[in-house]
Amino acid sequence: MRHLLLIVLPLLVIFALLPGVYQNHLLLFNFVIFLVLAQGVNIIYGFTGYLPFGYVGFFGAGAYGFAITVMHYHASAPMAVLVAGAVGVALGLFLSPLLRLSGAYFAIANMAAALAVLHFVANPALEDITRGPYGVSLTGTFNPTLAYAAALIVLALTMGIVVFLKNSSFGLALQAVREDPVSASMAGVNVVRMRVIAWLASALVAGLAGGVYAWYVSVFFPDNVFSSDFSIFAIVFALFGGVATITGPIIGVVALYGVYNLIGFTTPQYFQLIYGLLIMVLVLFLPAGLVSLATRRGWRVP
Amino acid sequence: MLVYALVAGVLFGLYFSLVGIGLNLVFGVMRIVNLAHGDFLMLGAFVAFGVVTLAGLDPLLAVPVAFVVFVLVGVALYKILVPRLQGSLNPEMLSIILFFGLSQVIQAITTIFFGTSERSIPSSALGSIFTTARVKLFGGNADDTGGPIEFFGQSFPASWVTAAATSLVAIAFVYLYLYRTRLGTLTRAVMSRRDEALATGIDVDRISAAAFGIGLGLAAVAGVFAPFMFGSVTPAFGADATVTSFAVVVLGSLGNPLGTALGGVVYGICYMLVQTYLSSWADLLPYVLLIFILLLRPSGLLGRQVRVA
Repeated sequence: MRHLLLIVLPLLVIFALLPGVYQNHLLLFNFVIFLVLAQGVNIIYGFTGYLPFGYVGFFGAGAYGFAITVMHYHASAPMAVLVAGAVGVALGLFLSPLLRLSGAYFAIANMAAALAVLHFVANPALEDITRGPYGVSLTGTFNPTLAYAAALIVLALTMGIVVFLKNSSFGLALQAVREDPVSASMAGVNVVRMRVIAWLASALVAGLAGGVYAWYVSVFFPDNVFSSDFSIFAIVFALFGGVATITGPIIGVVALYGVYNLIGFTTPQYFQLIYGLLIMVLVLFLPAGLVSLATRRGWRVP
Repeated sequence: MLVYALVAGVLFGLYFSLVGIGLNLVFGVMRIVNLAHGDFLMLGAFVAFGVVTLAGLDPLLAVPVAFVVFVLVGVALYKILVPRLQGSLNPEMLSIILFFGLSQVIQAITTIFFGTSERSIPSSALGSIFTTARVKLFGGNADDTGGPIEFFGQSFPASWVTAAATSLVAIAFVYLYLYRTRLGTLTRAVMSRRDEALATGIDVDRISAAAFGIGLGLAAVAGVFAPFMFGSVTPAFGADATVTSFAVVVLGSLGNPLGTALGGVVYGICYMLVQTYLSSWADLLPYVLLIFILLLRPSGLLGRQVRVA
């Protein structure tokens, strides 16, 4: 309860007020999306130890769930966002056998899965359904203000899940499973069911985020919404701040995505260079994230 | 059609084995996931461009150059990166992220120096050294080479055959290294039990550095042929190559170069069959194949238990 009041509420209030004082609304929207995705990675990686290298698969599937619902069934946008979340969960269920794999094998299989979904959606043979590689245009539902509000609701939901995991016996059990699945199952934890629930929760928020993103941008191509940048950024943001905490991913997004926008998009290869070096330095010198600077001193970080 | 697809599949497959074998070696010895593997392939291709455009020589000469250069690069990188990584809590996971960062750095630097345009080498350049030698030694016409080579009444580009032959030689060398040299025996010891190898007094660090260097060297050698096998190469080529290599390695078995050779051939034949009969779905193949193999036969193919629940 304290976490909700002290962290989640101020965060939401700040992002609800910022569009009034700051002009670049797209940037703010991207911040919210990356907050959702970084926390989604936090749910699955931080609490269960599975590194979702193809996390963008859920995001892209959500975006296309939104697009197809709007294009073919002429549903309203909020309805389509819910469908997007459902598509994310459905894909998560479909991919849940991947949870049998451990460590690097899961990460690689998950990356392959995201690429498989991309090539499936972008296949010219499915042009009637997904518009194939030519992208979708949803001018009918275009409404950035409402979409931004919807993104805030998705963020609130995501933060709610993380706060729950951090403060509940369920979250504690998940972390026990992460540390030692055999001992945890001896202690009466249903290992498989818990993992699947965390996996689906993580897929749900990414699917919703994808739907909201499709609503906001309204014109996109498969390569945009399945760009592996989403997975990588979300993972790096979460790691940079520190996973299995509430504040870590928030710090990561605000710090790194802020830097990203300061360096600017004008020379992408220089940015890529700095980013790559940053990732390497991070892994080599600060593998537990920024919050570990505080925890090492014995401070408790929520 | 079928015969063509099968033979082309074998030729491509041998090449794919070479693509995957370096990754196999690095993962087997160090349990490190080299996500930058494909980027070293791409760099190998750029060595070939350099040899052709700057020196005007046969790209085959790029093979030894690329191998030696990248063995040295690999040993240096090993010394810088790996000891710190293996001191951390979860090296296997973090290695994925670390080498992803490295892959970004390589891509960025290559883009800064060479731009994003697609580069290719005329396929007649490959093997021109043999033509010259033959003309000098035996006389004859220099123009009738570089043309297609015939198998079973079908003709295939000579560059495919050259790449497949080089791959066979490289795989043979890896086999000899692992099974006929002292260093190779020690390498296999580290592969099967790292802790026990350390306990018996094997210099695990030195073995790993050598394996890492050879792994990158092999990737670069495979990269020399990439412009001929895939038409052209850009700095962004690495990411796809990495996934393909993973598919090949997972198909074969870990720690055994002959296993990767088999995996490569199986992959190559599948690739060509899908390309021939279902071309619009060919892009999906490596990913779907990778997932299914991992789910259905992971322990047997990878040589250790990867399923927990």
